[in-house]
Amino acid sequence: MANSKTPRLDELEKGRWPSFVKIMKRAAVKKPAAGDLLKQLELSYEEKVGHWKHGGIVGVRGYGGGVIGRYSDRPDRFPNVKEFHTFRVNQPSGWFYTSSALRQLCDIWDKYGSGLTNFHGATGDIILLGAPTENLQPCFDELSEHGFDLGGSGSDLRTPSACVGPARCEYACVDTLDLCHTITQEFQNELHRPMWPYKFKIKISGCPNDCVASIARSDLSVIGTWRDSIQVDPQAVAAYADQGLDIQGEICGKCPTRALSWHPERKELEIRREECVRCMHCINKMPKALRPGRERGATLLIGGKATMKESAFLGWVIVPFMKMEPPYTELLDLLRRIFNWWDERAKNRERIGELIYRLGMRAFLHDVGLPPVPQMVARPRANPYYYWRPEEVRSNG
Amino acid sequence: MAKTDIGPPDYRQMLPPVVQRNYGRWRFHEIVRPGVLRHVSENGEELYTVRVGSPRLLDTDAIREICDLADRYCDGYLRFTSRHNIEFLVSDQSKLEPLLQELWKREWPVGGTGNSISNIVHTQGWIHCHTPATDASGIVKAVMDDLYDHFTHMDLPAKLRISMACCLNMCGAVHCSDIAILGIHRKPPYVDKELVSKICEIPTVVAACPTGAIRPNPKEKTVEINEERCMYCGNCYTMCPAIKIMNPETDGVAIFVGGKVSNARTAPMFSRLAIPFLPNNPPRWPEVVEAVHNIVQVWIDHAQKGERMGEWIERIGWERFFQLTGIPFTEKHIDDFIFSVPTFRSTTMFRW
Repeated sequence: MANSKTPRLDELEKGRWPSFVKIMKRAAVKKPAAGDLLKQLELSYEEKVGHWKHGGIVGVRGYGGGVIGRYSDRPDRFPNVKEFHTFRVNQPSGWFYTSSALRQLCDIWDKYGSGLTNFHGATGDIILLGAPTENLQPCFDELSEHGFDLGGSGSDLRTPSACVGPARCEYACVDTLDLCHTITQEFQNELHRPMWPYKFKIKISGCPNDCVASIARSDLSVIGTWRDSIQVDPQAVAAYADQGLDIQGEICGKCPTRALSWHPERKELEIRREECVRCMHCINKMPKALRPGRERGATLLIGGKATMKESAFLGWVIVPFMKMEPPYTELLDLLRRIFNWWDERAKNRERIGELIYRLGMRAFLHDVGLPPVPQMVARPRANPYYYWRPEEVRSNG
Repeated sequence: MAKTDIGPPDYRQMLPPVVQRNYGRWRFHEIVRPGVLRHVSENGEELYTVRVGSPRLLDTDAIREICDLADRYCDGYLRFTSRHNIEFLVSDQSKLEPLLQELWKREWPVGGTGNSISNIVHTQGWIHCHTPATDASGIVKAVMDDLYDHFTHMDLPAKLRISMACCLNMCGAVHCSDIAILGIHRKPPYVDKELVSKICEIPTVVAACPTGAIRPNPKEKTVEINEERCMYCGNCYTMCPAIKIMNPETDGVAIFVGGKVSNARTAPMFSRLAIPFLPNNPPRWPEVVEAVHNIVQVWIDHAQKGERMGEWIERIGWERFFQLTGIPFTEKHIDDFIFSVPTFRSTTMFRW
């Protein structure tokens, strides 16, 4: 190893977890760009600093987003990553693939890019890492010819994503894959042409386990839920007990609202529907015996985002329950009203959660036409600083 | 010219036949062994899922290798999870064991189910980002090497979700993870005044600062930074490359703990500051690996069965968390940003 050009990165070939360095080295055998990427990364490891220039706008015809410009700040040493731009390719709902579709992508990417990818980026797109400017248009053309399209970037609708949903999960209360595909297709213009104050993310989870972290990572979070009682298979409950599951301790004892009672003498689980807040704990622990109810739909939450700049927010409930069935007209109409409200009022780079915080939830709900209900708040305000609309105020009445 | 606005491929063309037949009709699932799920549908059909950890950064050879395995054992169907795992979808039970054997031979880790650590969600870092305070892939590799057995064995009190973002932009949205590893800066940026006037839109830069630390200097067409107010978030750098925030001497890593997104038992929670700073020490960041290892081990030793990191800490109290982990509590742990008040203690109930 004395002659290695990447002594620091070589250390990351050791250990049991799959090594990204091994992968980069293999790609470097075929692609000079991957080789220079490896060498530039080694320099970063030596100097403890990044070596990508700030920004740079590149793109393909007809779109304003979907390609991220990336230029090395040391093109003198690493000429093959002088231009090393990223494609965001919109993933199929639920990240399902056939091997032939993936091979198709590989063939295209070997032809135009570095051969390196991310499966997947943080928002959910397929990330194709590193192509020179001149290859962007032909690469996109070929992607499009084979049925792939670009995802969002910049101040636009970002690529929506969804959990595995009804394709392989018995908890799914909504068809997350269909809804994700429908929203993505409905808002192609908003996805491809950045013209908003800032980014807008939508994520869809089929149940309150929220496997795509929609409550934390999306401006509009759709989380499947139900309104009636959890479905119980009494025989399967008894079978769990017979197998030694501590139903009193592990199930009833962990229920956040004490909505469950266990009657060991009868091996019977009692669920008080009006106390249940549908957290999923008991269903997660006894999937053979318990299922979400039959009256299914979704809770909508707004404003979720990471820290920058006014603090991280978890989404806030704006619709406690909405039926989610094709063609999803009620949701799509609401989304349009939300987009417009935000687009007309937000400052540059102001996420919708920050705008609602600035202008007030009262204004948001009123303007987009959502009635206030107690499910929206953890508790009512404790201060007397509230407003009256003039038409609400009559003398002594 | 290529067609635009066609949208992503239709997911229906990507679903294995067993999924198409049982779409929305799955009855239950069980974890057969770490990394292997068995889903059973209402009509009794079975689907086995084999979950495999990946470094997220894959070359086309790796993808073709995965495709070969999918062709041989899964009729050419597979999927990925939201945490960068690969999932092989096996509809023929007789192919399950041979697939596992082959994955073992090829050194792909199988696991990440139930009470285990799943893959670390992470960002680009020095590989492809222009604003990182640290690398992502290197730290993830070093931490996962250390926690590997918790990926392949379901031996934890509950599931463990670690995520990594290499700057405060948090493309990895680490803010609701059991353990969040976050690249941070610690010094106010250097303003290249001449360059600011040439390439930056000053009102946007001023507006980008969360603490109002940036003032315009109209005379020189640049900006000035009130260094006492700056908390080094780097949002100004995102807006203006002439305001340099990256500093190889002083940048590093912070650790936040106790977040979750699931609603199970307790409401979703933010991760909260545990360790304000650890040094950037490539290639294997031993201080970060050790710190994460310690937090995980203390949680294993003290949590009740089924308790996520944040649930455990909320039960025992943060004061005991700091005591048990030996992590020093400092002034940095006390919030002084705009939503700080609800984090102060307004009761006489606390522990020693």
